[in-house]
Amino acid sequence: MNTPELSCEEVIERLFEFLDRELDDVSQEEIDRHLKRCYDCFSRAEFERRLRERIAATGSQKAPERLKKRIRELTE
Amino acid sequence: MTPVESKQPGQASAANESQRVFREHVELLMDRLYGTALRLTRNPDEAEDVVGEAVASAWQRLDQLNDLSHLDGWLFRILHNTFISLRRRRYCREDKEVSFDQEMEDDDTRFSLFEHLHQPFLLWVGRPEKEFINRLLEADLRKAVDHLPDPFRIVVVMVEIQGYTYEEVAAILDLPLGTVRSRLNRARSLLQKSLWQQGRDAGLIGTNTGFRVGDRR
Repeated sequence: MNTPELSCEEVIERLFEFLDRELDDVSQEEIDRHLKRCYDCFSRAEFERRLRERIAATGSQKAPERLKKRIRELTE
Repeated sequence: MTPVESKQPGQASAANESQRVFREHVELLMDRLYGTALRLTRNPDEAEDVVGEAVASAWQRLDQLNDLSHLDGWLFRILHNTFISLRRRRYCREDKEVSFDQEMEDDDTRFSLFEHLHQPFLLWVGRPEKEFINRLLEADLRKAVDHLPDPFRIVVVMVEIQGYTYEEVAAILDLPLGTVRSRLNRARSLLQKSLWQQGRDAGLIGTNTGFRVGDRR
């Protein structure tokens, strides 16, 4: 049975949940299908993906030597 | 006492192996552990304390980890729990009232950078939204994350940096799933609004429209 195509509004409403992989498989596929045929929504999804990658990169920062030494001593 | 001292000989060699793997992983993960702690605490000294306490706690409980392939996730979970308990202890001691359940008043919960930058009718000027992301400095992004109030910053760090599911976040923070969702939505809106404002201040965006993405001032 074919499910009705999602509108752009419905896709945008659930875009973050889609990117976070929080939707069930059927919903993930529905949005994926929409993104393949809708350039505007695809551009938006790519933008949010790229922004997320850049935010994720802020979670890595060179640890101070003092901390490394403290951890090494702890686990000797 | 190291986790191995209370073991029988057969168990001891397995524990020695666990310890070796643990040391290697912690060494490799150190920048990510510290970076995550820094985003959570916004304070280098506090971040060191969080990482130190978390690693010490994990080291002592290493025998409770049945599958070493889960070591990374297990360590980050302990890091988050350590941050939350340290934070609560500190604020109790300083007698400051900080609630992880506080919500902000902000009507603009749906701010979208993309909607402000995207110009579908001006395709010949390129892709301003893509340019904008490329021109953001890591310092801009760190600042935007660090400026989020605690309840919102924590969920962003857990979901966007660590990749936890909403349910995992709800369990670790002991919050209803709906609260995690609403905080995450609000956090993303605040974060994007902050980046927009920083982009304007840096001269990356025109003052009236979003399509001009220029050089930094």
